[in-house]
Amino acid sequence: MRLLLALLSGALFGAGLYISGMTDTTRVQGWLDVFGNWDPTLAFVMGGAILPMTLAWRLTRVAGRPVAGGQFPAAPMPELDRRLILGSTLFGMGWGLAGLCPGPAIASLGFGGISGIVFLAAMLLGMMVAPGLKARLDSPVPAE
Amino acid sequence: MQPEWIMGLIGGLLIGLAGAVLLLGNGRIMGASGIIGGLVDGSGHGDRWTRIAFLAGAFLAPLVLMGVVGTPETRATENLLVLVAAGLLVGTGTRIANGCTSGHGVCGISRFSLRGIVATVFYILAGGLTIALFRHVLGVI
Repeated sequence: MRLLLALLSGALFGAGLYISGMTDTTRVQGWLDVFGNWDPTLAFVMGGAILPMTLAWRLTRVAGRPVAGGQFPAAPMPELDRRLILGSTLFGMGWGLAGLCPGPAIASLGFGGISGIVFLAAMLLGMMVAPGLKARLDSPVPAE
Repeated sequence: MQPEWIMGLIGGLLIGLAGAVLLLGNGRIMGASGIIGGLVDGSGHGDRWTRIAFLAGAFLAPLVLMGVVGTPETRATENLLVLVAAGLLVGTGTRIANGCTSGHGVCGISRFSLRGIVATVFYILAGGLTIALFRHVLGVI
């Protein structure tokens, strides 16, 4: 049951990314390129995705527990920290450079050629070293 | 409205539906970087098969749709240095921030999470500035 639901969700996710044009790196970069030929498509994708998700979050309050059992995620943490800011900034830089983020990197792997494979390999390497960097960010800065 | 905006909206609704299925079905937040990252660093070992099932669906669906609708081209750069740098930044950044466009963006904003909203503001700003610098100042991408 959990496997089937995950497969269905993944298929909808991949189909949505592909149909919306988000596997086309020039569209993503076009949205970030406010000084060039600006492309608003990504805003429609985000807006379109947030609508059903808002409804889904509301339904979690009514449903009590997920269909396949277990628990709904806990309420989001309210506090901001430097990991969130630094990590998001690094992510945004990479996103701008190549026009790819983790979802589209998977969804376009089948037709993205060597570029997609190189990006994914580097991304996986980054994810491998991230826990070590994270631990270092958490440790207190030694006094000079 | 331009046809690509309409396709964006339809695709977006499917992405939101995907997130709703995973949340209401399995009680999980649909974050691509978290799903992949948990497999890579071992933190998601316990539910690795559901992660793999999700990724298999995301990988296969566009291949099924190819030729029917959409552009089966990423038009990504072929500059290896740019690709490697971008991949490393995306991989480390999303795991340090604990989320990417799907987790912080779609799932975070839709539950009015401050962290999701702030993360989204920062990665969009960083992406915009990176494009401005590397495309319009340096002319690299």
